[in-house]
Amino acid sequence: MATPAVPPSTPPATPTETPAAASDPAPAPSPASVSAPAPAPVPAPTPAPASSSDPAAAAATTAAPGQTPASAPAPAQAPAQSLPGPALPGPFPGGRVVRLHPVILASIVDSYERRNEGAARVIGTLLGTVDKHSVEVTNCFSVPHNESEDEVAVDMEFAKNMYELHKKVSPNELILGWYATGHDITEHSVLIHEYYSREAPNPIHLTVDTSLQNGRMSIKAYVSTLMGVPGRTMGVMFTPLTVKYAYYDTERIGVDLIMKTCFSPNRVIGLSSDLQQVGGASARIQDALSTVLQYAEDVLSGKVSADNTVGRFLMSLVNQVPKIVPEDFETMLNSNINDLLMVTYLANLTQSQIALNEKLVNL
Amino acid sequence: MASRKEGTGSAATSSSSTTGAAGKGKGKAGSGDSAVKQVQIDGLVVLKIIKHYQEEGQGTEVVQGVLLGLVVEDRLEITNCFPFPQHTEDDADFDEVQYQMEMMRSLRHVNIDHLHVGWYQSTYYGSFVTRALLDSQFSYQHAIEESVVLIYDPIKTAQGSLSLKAYRLTPKLMEVCKEKDFSPEALKKGNITFEHMFEEVPIVIKNSHLINVLMWELEKKSAVADKHELLSLASSHLGKTLQLLMDRVDEMSQDIVKYNTYMRNTSKQQQQKHQYQQRRQQENMQRQSRGEPPLPEEDLSKLFKPHQPPARMDSLLIAGQINTYCQNIKEFTAQNLGKLFMAQALQEYNS
Repeated sequence: MATPAVPPSTPPATPTETPAAASDPAPAPSPASVSAPAPAPVPAPTPAPASSSDPAAAAATTAAPGQTPASAPAPAQAPAQSLPGPALPGPFPGGRVVRLHPVILASIVDSYERRNEGAARVIGTLLGTVDKHSVEVTNCFSVPHNESEDEVAVDMEFAKNMYELHKKVSPNELILGWYATGHDITEHSVLIHEYYSREAPNPIHLTVDTSLQNGRMSIKAYVSTLMGVPGRTMGVMFTPLTVKYAYYDTERIGVDLIMKTCFSPNRVIGLSSDLQQVGGASARIQDALSTVLQYAEDVLSGKVSADNTVGRFLMSLVNQVPKIVPEDFETMLNSNINDLLMVTYLANLTQSQIALNEKLVNL
Repeated sequence: MASRKEGTGSAATSSSSTTGAAGKGKGKAGSGDSAVKQVQIDGLVVLKIIKHYQEEGQGTEVVQGVLLGLVVEDRLEITNCFPFPQHTEDDADFDEVQYQMEMMRSLRHVNIDHLHVGWYQSTYYGSFVTRALLDSQFSYQHAIEESVVLIYDPIKTAQGSLSLKAYRLTPKLMEVCKEKDFSPEALKKGNITFEHMFEEVPIVIKNSHLINVLMWELEKKSAVADKHELLSLASSHLGKTLQLLMDRVDEMSQDIVKYNTYMRNTSKQQQQKHQYQQRRQQENMQRQSRGEPPLPEEDLSKLFKPHQPPARMDSLLIAGQINTYCQNIKEFTAQNLGKLFMAQALQEYNS
């Protein structure tokens, strides 16, 4: 692979090492050969001791008291409804809300589509930030792993390397947990969860159901809690968390655009021109207004019982339309239109000026 | 373990086969002169670029990253991307090439396309036509024929619609850059005007079926967007763009003044040369009439050193940038005019 590995340069100049990097394709094949042996030994030490001993205790419950000291005290009492409480250290305050960004889900689906032959599911690491009330997952990357009937091997070295690389770009992101595709939590999930609890205290487990059971792609998040009789071997239970979707404004706009591919026959859309966008946005508002009108009519005709909160929203909506004297509106409109026309004229003038300059210089 | 070795083995063979094909991508069959007619981007890439800027790029810093994908006939498919860290001065031991190689190696392990097909950059109000961008894009395009640069405008996107454009250098400009000769004669020979520096490639967005399913899920679960920025009548960004345009026009006029001085100086010099030659001839004739040997012809070029013509590349870039600003302004005003007329229609309906 003769990738030239050219880094893009920015005004604070960085040397573009085109000749040096492009002239040696030699390092390019060698990473291919170097990396082949590298992952092979690594999964052997870490999972081998754990997986050889644990599959012996092949049932879904494995003993992991030493691995999750953080979760041991508080959840042991009341895993289902415990409030955060000071007894739960670690980044996950038990706020029970996980906020996901859409880029994560798209990334997970993409890595599922690119999985190796024979792999039933893919796993990977979740990165993000924690704050007092919730956990926000903002990034993820997939981790190669091998799963068979009785053992599972995860390339933790790879995971560590990727995390280091990602940290160079976004130093604020921490490892929050891991994800897996598929609709069930298997025994191997427990093992993998254990590996991840070494990386991050109280990791989150996210499942994305790509096999579309029940005709839906269900997205669920869990955190592990201990259960069982105190004093005997403790089991691990995954308790569900609420999943909410968080968007930045620009993300929202991007998702709205991408969503349009659902409606086109070959799943392809182009970026629309300026007036088309205005038309699209006004069509959306029109739809929203017709829904509201329909609701109002239903209430009036008695089909639907009136809801006070909705009524209050409706009233504030109607009152938001400003009442302007028509003459004032006319003057505002005309002055705005004049401004815009003037700007357009100036822009055209500038363009013709530089074209003229070009012609003169080339004489 | 056997399946893992198979996985990396196939990765190794695919990388060696692409080495053989000079890194032009698995699907590409044709020769190198077919330009890229269309750029097809995965939804995932769009989301990643948006997220990268949002988290790391506040302020006037540009954020950059690498695009990965493959080339299929005359279409460039971009299937993934990864961001580049910001350049900080106190990070002297940070090796970009190594970061890039490591990233691509790791991505190859998870079967992500590891072919470099371009790079992306965010822009501030549309000002991206700079020398640095030209150089970077030239080196990319020189190494990989089909590479593009994606320009993402976050401020315009925040106004309501995704602003993502793909640019390539025109073949004419590529030739000029190859010669590294930016003198006026070369540029005139190449017949390059500011309109022919960059060519814009149309973009389409394509999603796989599973991602479509995901989109349906998200639509059901997430709240309707409560901000409809696109329909707001405010035009504050217009002011900023106009200010940038004015700065550029000032630079351009300075450039023009420099060029004019150069022209004047050259023509004065020509006149002086001419006068000198005439005087020489007259003297020689006088000497001949007096029977003395004529004075030797002196090397005129040593007496009158020719002036350096001013660099033309910068003014081309400025002109290109002014052109971009003007186009942005026109788009913006077209939209706003539409919105104003809509508001007028609504008002008339009410009264």
